[in-house]
Amino acid sequence: MTSSSLALAPSSARTLARHPLVERYAPILTTVLALVAIWYIAAVAMNWTLVKDSFEREETPYTVSDILAGTMDAERPLLPAPHQIAENFFDSVFGYPPLAPRSLVYHSLVTLSATLLGFVLGAIFGIVLALMIVHSRVLERSLLPWIICSQMVPILALAPIFIVVLGAIGLQGLLPKAIISAYLCFFPIAIGMVKGFTSPDPLQIELMRTWSATPRQVLWKLRWPAAVPFLFASLKVAITISLIGAIVAELPTGAEAGIGARLLAGSYYGQTVQLWSALVASAVLSWGLISIISLIERGVNRGMGAR
Amino acid sequence: MDPRKFRLGLLFAVAAITLAFVAPLAHGEPMLLLRPGRWQAATGAGVLFALAAWFADWRGLAPGLAGAIIAAAVSLLLLRDPAIAGSAAAGFWAIVVTAWLAAAMCVTHLASLRTIRKQRKRMINIAVPLLFGATIFYLWEVAVRGFGVPPVLLPSPSAAASRFLSSLPTLAADFNQTFIRGVLIGYAIGCGAGLLVAILAHRFEFLGRGLLPLGNFFSALPLVGIAPIMVMWFGFDWPSKAAVVALVTFFPMLVNAIAGLSAAGHIERDLLRSYAASHRQSLTKLYLPAALPFIFNALKINATLALIGAIVAEFFGTPTQGIGFRISTEAGRMALDMVWAEIALAALAGMAFYGFVTLAERATTFWHPSYRT
Amino acid sequence: MALIEPHISFAGPAEQPPTDTAPKRLVVDAENISLTFETADGKVDALSNVSLKVGEGEFVSFIGPSGCGKTTMLRVIADLQQPTSGSLRVNGMSAEAARLARSYGYVFQAPALFPWRSIEKNLKLPLEIMGFSEAEQQQRAEHYLSLVNLTGFERKFPWQLSGGMQQRVSIARALSFDPALLLMDEPFGALDEIVRDHLNEQLLQLWRTMGKTVLFVTHSIPEAVFLSSRIVVMSPRPGRIIDIIDCNFPPDRSLEIRETPEFLKIAQRVRNGLRAGHSYDE
Repeated sequence: MTSSSLALAPSSARTLARHPLVERYAPILTTVLALVAIWYIAAVAMNWTLVKDSFEREETPYTVSDILAGTMDAERPLLPAPHQIAENFFDSVFGYPPLAPRSLVYHSLVTLSATLLGFVLGAIFGIVLALMIVHSRVLERSLLPWIICSQMVPILALAPIFIVVLGAIGLQGLLPKAIISAYLCFFPIAIGMVKGFTSPDPLQIELMRTWSATPRQVLWKLRWPAAVPFLFASLKVAITISLIGAIVAELPTGAEAGIGARLLAGSYYGQTVQLWSALVASAVLSWGLISIISLIERGVNRGMGAR
Repeated sequence: MDPRKFRLGLLFAVAAITLAFVAPLAHGEPMLLLRPGRWQAATGAGVLFALAAWFADWRGLAPGLAGAIIAAAVSLLLLRDPAIAGSAAAGFWAIVVTAWLAAAMCVTHLASLRTIRKQRKRMINIAVPLLFGATIFYLWEVAVRGFGVPPVLLPSPSAAASRFLSSLPTLAADFNQTFIRGVLIGYAIGCGAGLLVAILAHRFEFLGRGLLPLGNFFSALPLVGIAPIMVMWFGFDWPSKAAVVALVTFFPMLVNAIAGLSAAGHIERDLLRSYAASHRQSLTKLYLPAALPFIFNALKINATLALIGAIVAEFFGTPTQGIGFRISTEAGRMALDMVWAEIALAALAGMAFYGFVTLAERATTFWHPSYRT
Repeated sequence: MALIEPHISFAGPAEQPPTDTAPKRLVVDAENISLTFETADGKVDALSNVSLKVGEGEFVSFIGPSGCGKTTMLRVIADLQQPTSGSLRVNGMSAEAARLARSYGYVFQAPALFPWRSIEKNLKLPLEIMGFSEAEQQQRAEHYLSLVNLTGFERKFPWQLSGGMQQRVSIARALSFDPALLLMDEPFGALDEIVRDHLNEQLLQLWRTMGKTVLFVTHSIPEAVFLSSRIVVMSPRPGRIIDIIDCNFPPDRSLEIRETPEFLKIAQRVRNGLRAGHSYDE
């Protein structure tokens, strides 16, 4: 390499590009913008024939720009444009009083209540089971393999039976959905917590033994703190599954309230935009719940001394 | 296990079986003694339990288990009698308690055995959960048939099994529709696309930094909700289910593959740079092999997600066959034994699929430290 | 016991020692190499006006504390890092051209063997990349494996070998494509002393039989004095050369030479250089 002074005196443009904030968010923003652009193009492409056919049926004269405008505003589009979805979403959320049956907020709350109840129940049972497995060798060898096996079974497929069976006994509404959600999230939490409770280094457990610590002391002073990262990781997985479970549980009996019900209604009546709004609502719920758990996790980690 | 507890448990089992001779088997039914063959077997079981109790250590396992199996067989044979099934009384339940207690004692003792020999350890690790599971199934069977639980509510395992075996053609058609067409094709497309995009994201860092957060975001969403839209685009048949599966499996693979491709160490990267290796050579010789553990992690997660995705997608509408379709329609008809048969099919398919991926993982990532403990 | 008195020259950094052979081809010609980078705490001068000429067949060690720039200098020569100023010619070309022409083999601190490849396949890795034929690859793999006394381990995997054996495989791999130059960055640092002694002897023997030019970075004074024909003493803040010491021990030397007074004199000189460069300060 010949001598060249790659002096460290950058031009202003280079400084801007190297600015940490820009460096961090530029890729994401670019990708999102690119995706939105692709979406618009796809919407035009997919709705083209639909709009063209409807013009021809109504025998109105049309130009290319009419079709273009039509694809952005179709009533039952194959792929709604982003602004259509945004419009419908905001209307459904802010256009009605929160507890009215047409409000998306109402449906979200219905699903959310089942999700949260199921999540809490599942988390409690999962942690209790994990504690039992960690402290009993017998349970570990007899029960744990079955729990691991159950991970491979599509448990969500059991949702319809649960609803039907519980309905036959007389349980309807919130409780069966919550039970399904609880059942779904209890397994990942149990396995995650078993991993967490057994994660401390054997050296540390031996150290506790040299201090004659009782199993309870070992549990509270060593196993629980070591299990905290595993706890939050499995809680995030569990809340997602719990939400999916609550949505799917609304399908078989043709429930009238909840996001799943909205999805079903949208698909039956061809209300595409409504369908997409419901999907956006479920995405918002999911993202919101995970963010809350992440916030709590950050707070706990800070309390435990992480940077 | 404490030999005294073992002995005590087995002695209780002996006591229970004695009770079976004394108490009535069902309301108004003659006693056990009047049933030829049954009472001899029951006595034999009792003797075996006494023998096991006397040993009170690992030698008692064989007689204990043998006795439990005999007692269980007696109870199942007794259930054949329509007078007993549905209205079983204390005598019958005493036999069930005997079988369960003896099995529980043996399983507990077996689980607490400590061996150093690898072969024996492996055998115990397989035997314990199997025996445990067998006991649960047995209890389920006698509970359902002994209490006379209506089959609409909860069928017995034997009823479900017989329904399974008698509906094989339907099950095969459902399996073909859901698994072969929906799951496998969607899985291949989703995982393949995820891997390709990850390789692109690895090559072009800007793309990677934009896609990774998006991938994380989408992985957490309830993507199965996209099913009705896929039905709108691809029709009711299996392509829409494959599309759902492809979408659901794409993001976990993308996120894991991106993480895997950056897992290669700095030193190894410098090494390839010193060889002036082209990007393609680095990809095939370093980045992809180093990413295999992560890729397989995603493949295993996706195996379960794919099956769930296909079945749930079928809840939203499907032509006349498919596992999800069968489950929702038969559940609506309250034909729960068919539902359980379908669930058993889905469970078997899920476990086989997962097991297959795990075998492939072990073959290709044998070198990873996690296998070398 | 050495039969020939080792020829020690107390030449300073800029002079070349008198030699009785024809002037050797310059394998590395570095002039005023500087490397500065920005950190959160301000500018760091990793290298500051380092100049060095290495002739063919020499064994040159770089010694100094952490942060003195010895590894950085090696990486600059290997075109793994670019200097901010200065001129550098490796094997008559620019560093980048030398890298693209595969002129050197690099041995890192860790063996960096690929765990999914057998020992044999690990040896063939550079040969595959550089496009050697199958037959050639097989022949070279066998040859260089025998050179490091590991014949019989072809089918084993890296984790089945000890640390010392893995590092020997790494050295064989670096030699397998016959590079002009061998660059070694503290290759024995992670090994225990007994293995280290053994490998020092083996490396010396390899160097004698193959006659390659070796640039060797180390922390250990005895190792540097034992192995080298020239020692470059460096110090940090900024990274620069304090002293260049010639040592011409007889080529068939053994580890016993480490107790001779001549050896200790050179080691003392190295230590003085390190002290002068504030290497022993807090």
